[in-house]
Amino acid sequence: MPSSDGSRLLEATGLWRAYGRRQVLRDLDLAVAAGEAVAVAGPNGAGKTMLLRVLAGLARPDRGEVRLEGRPLRRDAPHVRRAVGLVSHQTLLYDDLTLHENLTFAARLYGLPTPAAAARAALDEAGLGPRADESPRRLSRGLAQRAAIARALLHRPRLLLLDEPFTALDAAASERLRAELGARRQQGLGIVLVTHQLAEAWEVATRIAVLVEGRWACNEALAGSLEGFLPRYQELIRA
Amino acid sequence: MPEWLRLALVIAGKDLRAELRSRTAILSAVVFAALVLVVFNFARDPTALAAVDLAPSVLWVTFALAAMLALNRAFTIEQENAALDGLLLAPVPREALFAGKLLANLAFVGTVEAVTLPLFVLFFNVDLGAALPGIIGVTALATVGFVTVGTIFSAMAVRTRFAELMLPVLLLPFMVPPLIGAVQVTARLLAGRPLSEMLGWLRLLALYDLVFVILCALVFTAVVDE
Repeated sequence: MPSSDGSRLLEATGLWRAYGRRQVLRDLDLAVAAGEAVAVAGPNGAGKTMLLRVLAGLARPDRGEVRLEGRPLRRDAPHVRRAVGLVSHQTLLYDDLTLHENLTFAARLYGLPTPAAAARAALDEAGLGPRADESPRRLSRGLAQRAAIARALLHRPRLLLLDEPFTALDAAASERLRAELGARRQQGLGIVLVTHQLAEAWEVATRIAVLVEGRWACNEALAGSLEGFLPRYQELIRA
Repeated sequence: MPEWLRLALVIAGKDLRAELRSRTAILSAVVFAALVLVVFNFARDPTALAAVDLAPSVLWVTFALAAMLALNRAFTIEQENAALDGLLLAPVPREALFAGKLLANLAFVGTVEAVTLPLFVLFFNVDLGAALPGIIGVTALATVGFVTVGTIFSAMAVRTRFAELMLPVLLLPFMVPPLIGAVQVTARLLAGRPLSEMLGWLRLLALYDLVFVILCALVFTAVVDE
């Protein structure tokens, strides 16, 4: 649940970002408290992925600022980045290394005390223990996605950014991810979840935000049923 | 050990492990170097030009072209599955990331040079003899310079549509100063000239290394950040 003192885990204010000549983000604000999960939906090209990249510090906003736990992301970058985990469209894994080597490498980058053991535990938790010595290129899309999620959660981030995490996951894996995200949120993890799959988002999120042409068409606490929201959603993205 | 150095070694270790697994860059660079030496060997008219006169230029052209192949790999490996995002997202100072990639590239190019040098002796029948320690020294000095510049241009080129073409176009002009210095020093070493005749060139190579290591470490953040 959201932090009782209302302290902001993530605070983005006045974000502007262009991609070539196209303005992708337009004066966007977003605040996420510890234990809060924001689902970001919207049509293709609305700027959802760029928003995640800016929040992760991978892309610099043209204007505006992102603060994590009160500290500016750009200025204190190495320390602040430790708080962030990212599941993107791609796995961020090296095909020439095994899964275990990939996660051990990531654990070393984050300075975890026992990198090999942490990697093994994360793979076991993701149900990938038996595949630990295989290359990511030998995994199915769904298993690779599970490995990517294991990598993102390896260093116990306080803010998790997910871009279409349910893509290619089977029903059991989706259920497991929803449970995992729910449990971590209860422990105070802040989540920003970009998705087209509103049904999945409805089970994970505490807030729904709809991005249309780089602006919030809505950003509000989740209330009521998904069926009740869908007609309004269609209207928002059509507008 | 300072934290930045630990992280640089972790990144270099990852690159070396991945390369040992695939052997993509080293194997193709070594084969390429051998082919260049073969071509130069047969293209030369032995009655017009003695091998020892041509040898320094051939050695350094071979090193430079083979290094280019090895350097191409430096950041293309980070493109697979957007792995570079994983590196940039980690709490790793950009300078440590640059140092890690530089160390790995030095290891790759150094290995290619170590294999190429005996082949060069074999093809050109050059007696390195007493010149060998000097050749190794000048090779190290020149290699640090062009691999440093190559590392930064490899990071730049990988974001373009034609990375393999862009790297030579960007890098070759910057390779000219260390190559001229290295060829001059190698020629004097093979001719058995005294060290005093080479000091000016050695100073130039050392200065080039110093300037570009500092400059590249400083601009690396701007190169990799969006």
